[in-house]
Amino acid sequence: MIQPAKPDLVTVNIDGKEIAVPKGTNVIDAARQVGVDVPHYCYHPKLSVVGNCRMCLVELGMPAVDPVSKAPIMDPATGRQKVNWIPRPQIGCATYASQGLHIRTQTAQIKDCREGVTEFLLINHPLDCPICDKAGECMLQEQSTGYGRGYSRFIENKNVKPKRTLLGPRVVLDDERCILCSRCIRFCKEVAKDDVLGFIDRGSYSTLTCYPGKALENNYSLNTVDICPVGALTSTDFRFKMRVWFLKQTNSIDTESSVGANTVVWSREGVIHRITPRRNDEVNDTWMADSGRLLYKAVGAENRLASKETLDALIASAADVLTDAEGAIAVVGSGRSSVEEQFLTRKLADAVKARVFLVARSGAGDGILISSDRNPNVRGALITGLIDKLPSERLDTLAGGIDSGEIKAVISVGEDLTSAGITPEQLGKISIVHFGTHANSTSDAAKVVVPTLTVFEKAGTFVNQQFRLQKFAKAVPAKPGMHDDLDALSRLTAAMGGASLPSDLHELWEVLTKELPALATTTYRTLPETGLLLDATPWSGLRFPEGETLHFKPAASEEGVKA
Amino acid sequence: MNLKPETLARIDEVIPHYASKRSATLPLLHLIQEDVGWISKEAIEWVAAKLELQPINVYEVVTFYPMFRQKPIGRRHIKVCRTLSCALMGGYKTCETFEKEFDTKMGEVSPDGEVTVEFVECLASCGTAPVVMIDDELHENVDSAKAKHLCGQIKAEASQRKT
Ligand code: SF4
Ligand code: FES
Ligand code: FES
Repeated sequence: MIQPAKPDLVTVNIDGKEIAVPKGTNVIDAARQVGVDVPHYCYHPKLSVVGNCRMCLVELGMPAVDPVSKAPIMDPATGRQKVNWIPRPQIGCATYASQGLHIRTQTAQIKDCREGVTEFLLINHPLDCPICDKAGECMLQEQSTGYGRGYSRFIENKNVKPKRTLLGPRVVLDDERCILCSRCIRFCKEVAKDDVLGFIDRGSYSTLTCYPGKALENNYSLNTVDICPVGALTSTDFRFKMRVWFLKQTNSIDTESSVGANTVVWSREGVIHRITPRRNDEVNDTWMADSGRLLYKAVGAENRLASKETLDALIASAADVLTDAEGAIAVVGSGRSSVEEQFLTRKLADAVKARVFLVARSGAGDGILISSDRNPNVRGALITGLIDKLPSERLDTLAGGIDSGEIKAVISVGEDLTSAGITPEQLGKISIVHFGTHANSTSDAAKVVVPTLTVFEKAGTFVNQQFRLQKFAKAVPAKPGMHDDLDALSRLTAAMGGASLPSDLHELWEVLTKELPALATTTYRTLPETGLLLDATPWSGLRFPEGETLHFKPAASEEGVKA
Repeated sequence: MNLKPETLARIDEVIPHYASKRSATLPLLHLIQEDVGWISKEAIEWVAAKLELQPINVYEVVTFYPMFRQKPIGRRHIKVCRTLSCALMGGYKTCETFEKEFDTKMGEVSPDGEVTVEFVECLASCGTAPVVMIDDELHENVDSAKAKHLCGQIKAEASQRKT
């Protein structure tokens, strides 16, 4: 791995504590590193700095030196170098660390500033927290409590502004709550590249608006809801449904594409209420696509498969079907399965001496957080040895095998064979053992169906387009009649005379570490929440389909040209 | 956009005066308002395309400055001062006279399309209050009688133009 160049470090002094930070770090971020909170609204680490809320005011000073000799001027009282303080407060978000910078955040002046700014922000704020979706995760609520005066002196009438403007299909705006920080505007312009939001009119009449005739409808619109420091922007899907403090947060991974955006799944009593992005500076920053936020709806979908039989009974009938077709079995694995499932699928294929196919899924990449490879884990299939070359979208070889009578049974792990080009007639010619979550024509045609779990009901890992191994955790328990993929796969492998493998994730990982060279130094337990980059060199000869996205540049293409 | 050739020429002339095209937003809006009298949605989009901006960027500017008009205006713009001196000297009466003469209301285009009457703040001629500006021309000591006279002039010009 190439080490990033060592950034220039500079030492700054924050409330008396010294810390070395990379040059260019702003005061808010530097202060955070020594545990000092500089309240702020408009500053967002992943957006440009505009400095318009004024909440982040701090006092700044530089060590005093003699103007001529440049010799430090000492303070006889303390015996240390004197600090020249700038008499007026400065904004921390637009002040960057430089050698010797002194910062004070706890003085009477700063306390006064924060109270003043808060008072102005609250003048026209409706204070409707009891009916506001943002309550509990609102920066205005938190910082008004922490840094505000605590009582109101405002007796005039408040401004009245539109309460429910539909900015787009997924975002509603309450203009009264907006504190005009412009985060949403900058997000649309800088990240989503869809510059449609802006402030019109001025002063206390300033109103956030979408350009007339346009809508905030890009596939990243819901990120504006996440970064809105107040409840001005809310999600139509989540609006008025649930109090955030009741929700349990589980770290997960977006399965839409091989980008593998890091997410948090918010659930209560086994029901998922929303999905939001989780910061990972190497993958998705603090963003995710709108489309990925709705994937949880699959959990409770009507066509969800469930079985009346026990898993043992299902495995027994599957084993019967497969034994009948011995020597003529194919396995269709999935780029949507986790690394662990793919490993077990490989073992199962070995046990029944089957050839393995995988189905590629592609779509247009958006250059941001959706890549053209719509499988989250094709690289996992390479690492686990499930496949050794890149899959194609159609199972033509398998179709040929079925027609020639070479293949009599197919184990499909989560894939719909018809959408991969197998005709209904061909389906009729074979016996199918299907592992899957939702009903489709393959499950309809299958002899045995083992209902399995969605990504939200199990734990595991995926390998994204950067060859970054990332883990996801179980957010909600499975419903009765649905079976853990690992359990089902390991039992069927054993039933077919293959190795007996643990179905417990942690135990299975011990086997993975031992058997897979790519994971030799990794354990599930120690895998960081932000993932781990694996060595991709064994696969550098492959031509992966992805184009450029937020933190990904296709490297293989150049090498492919050279080769 | 239906702009006069002169306006177009001035627009093309003014853009390269600025280091970034974006900075030409205000001058362009002024030129268009001078030509057409107001800034339409079409004009906003035209300026945006001309300066390689998004329409929302121009819309923000147009709404920020109250003197950019977002509605059509009559052929003549009658600006009646309502600040202290003029108000004391009968500016409101003057305004009413204009409204009555052209059968119109503040800020609207009169039915004959000739004028739009509006209040403005101090025109810096407090000594000769009440004062009125018609387009770029200042009229002093405009009491009701003088207002009627001015209206007569405008109407005469209008009928002359029609014949
Ligand atoms: S809607 Fe929210 S994010 Fe957008 S400007 Fe207002 S407060 Fe800021
Ligand atoms: S965070 Fe610094 S001005 Fe808003
Ligand atoms: S008050 Fe009317 S010109 Fe000054």
